[in-house]
Order: sequence, then C-alpha cells, then structure tokens
Amino acid sequence: MVIGAALDILARCGTPRTVYNDMPLGNPLGRPFDRSMHRETLRLALTLAVDAQGPGTVFETPFVWDALDTDETWKRNFCYIDPDTPEKYLAMGDENRQRRLDNKAKGLFRE
Amino acid sequence: MKTCYIDRTRDYYRAQGFSTDYTWSQYDETPFATLGKPLNASRVTLVTTGVVEADIPKPIRTAKHYAFSDVPEAFFTEELSWDKTTTHMRDRSSYFPVEILRALEEEQFIGDIAPRFHFVPTEYSQRLTIEQDAPSIVGACLEDEVDIAILIPL
Repeated sequence: MVIGAALDILARCGTPRTVYNDMPLGNPLGRPFDRSMHRETLRLALTLAVDAQGPGTVFETPFVWDALDTDETWKRNFCYIDPDTPEKYLAMGDENRQRRLDNKAKGLFRE
Repeated sequence: MKTCYIDRTRDYYRAQGFSTDYTWSQYDETPFATLGKPLNASRVTLVTTGVVEADIPKPIRTAKHYAFSDVPEAFFTEELSWDKTTTHMRDRSSYFPVEILRALEEEQFIGDIAPRFHFVPTEYSQRLTIEQDAPSIVGACLEDEVDIAILIPL
C-alpha cells in the first residue's frame, strides 16, 4: 500500500494499492499541520487495504493544496528550469558529477 | 492537471548535462493479496524514505528498522527530492503520521501498530532495492507479523 503524490512514477512501476494525494512532493499526507487531511488520507489508505480487489487500485483523494491557487501555479515549482540561466543548471550538474566521483574515491558506495 | 514527475526530472537532469535518462522501474505484473482479516484486527507499519540517522552518508544508506518508540521528532529530509519551493518539512505528520496512527489504534480502527517502522533509502540502483532493501523490509515485516505496510515516500 502506498500513499503518494507522484502518480506517474507509481503507475509505471505498479503498486498493489495507492492512495494518491495531489500534493507537493514531501507532504504526501497533505498540507502541513492540516491534521484533518492527514487523518482522512490515512483512513482512506487503511480502508483501501481492505476494499481493493486487485493490483493497481488507485484512490484519488478530493484534497487540493491551495484552494485559492485555482491555476495550480505551485505545480510549476518542482524541478523548475529557468530558461534564462542555463549555466546554473550545468554548474549543478558539474557539482553533482564531482560529488559522485568523490564519494566513489572515498569508498562511499554500495555493492 | 497531474504533474508528470518522470518528464520533469528527466528534463531537469538533462539541463544539468546528464546524457543518459534514468530508467524508472516498470513491471507488467504487480503482486497483490487480499487482507484476509478485518482492519480492526490488523497490524500496521509504516515505511518511510525520511532519514533517521543523518550521520550515515547518503550513498551507503540501506534499509533499516526502528522501534516505533524511537521515532525521531523530525526526520532528516534535506538531501531528498521534495518540493523545496512550494512547501516545508516542519510537520512530521505530513509525511510520517505516527500520531494519527496511534489514535486510530486507540479507537480500534486498526488492530495494532507493529513494533517497528522501516526506512528505505531513495536508492538510484533498482538492483540494490530489489536484492537488498526490499527483502530486508519484507523480512522484518514478516518477523513482526505485519498485515499492512504503508509506504509513504517523500
């Protein structure tokens, strides 16, 4: 049973059961400090554990991240690429690649 | 509209100069078993990608098992790929709802909570996940006689 927000990744892999919450990555149960949303999401997941009849069952909650953000502008944020600063991302990539090399040199890898 | 995270992360890493796109897991068949008992007689655990032991370097983190009595006040999440522009991780309940789970146990909505919860690293290697991390978690769940394991990836 998965509670998640990245439905395309979960659907591609295949999960026995999924409760999908259309939330930013990091808050799969719902808005921070919204206990009602967290509780209902968890209850839905536990109920789905009983009710699902076959693999790949997905239940999409009715919750929204920000009722005032009707255009869902928040969804542009994750992995946003600013077209005016491509050098910034190339620098990030260089740093990423160097870090991987450094970790390998230090023996920080799994067999 | 639902966000396509596969496309979004692919484009992000291409912008960083990576030439080989990540190949996400894809299976034709998914295992499934019915619960076989009432929910209020079922034992539940949680599986999280939130890090308990931040002093273990990210590249060598493996699946680990911790007592629910040792749940940290806050998991270490800074190195994980969550939406750092839109939200924050200051509320543990938004990604690890242990208090609500305890309340549901108290209310007898579920049977009980397992002795342990589980950490699974956000491992790039599918081989390591399949051969090491997943079997470790399955083994621990079987030891603890878990009926329902809820994976809540960040």
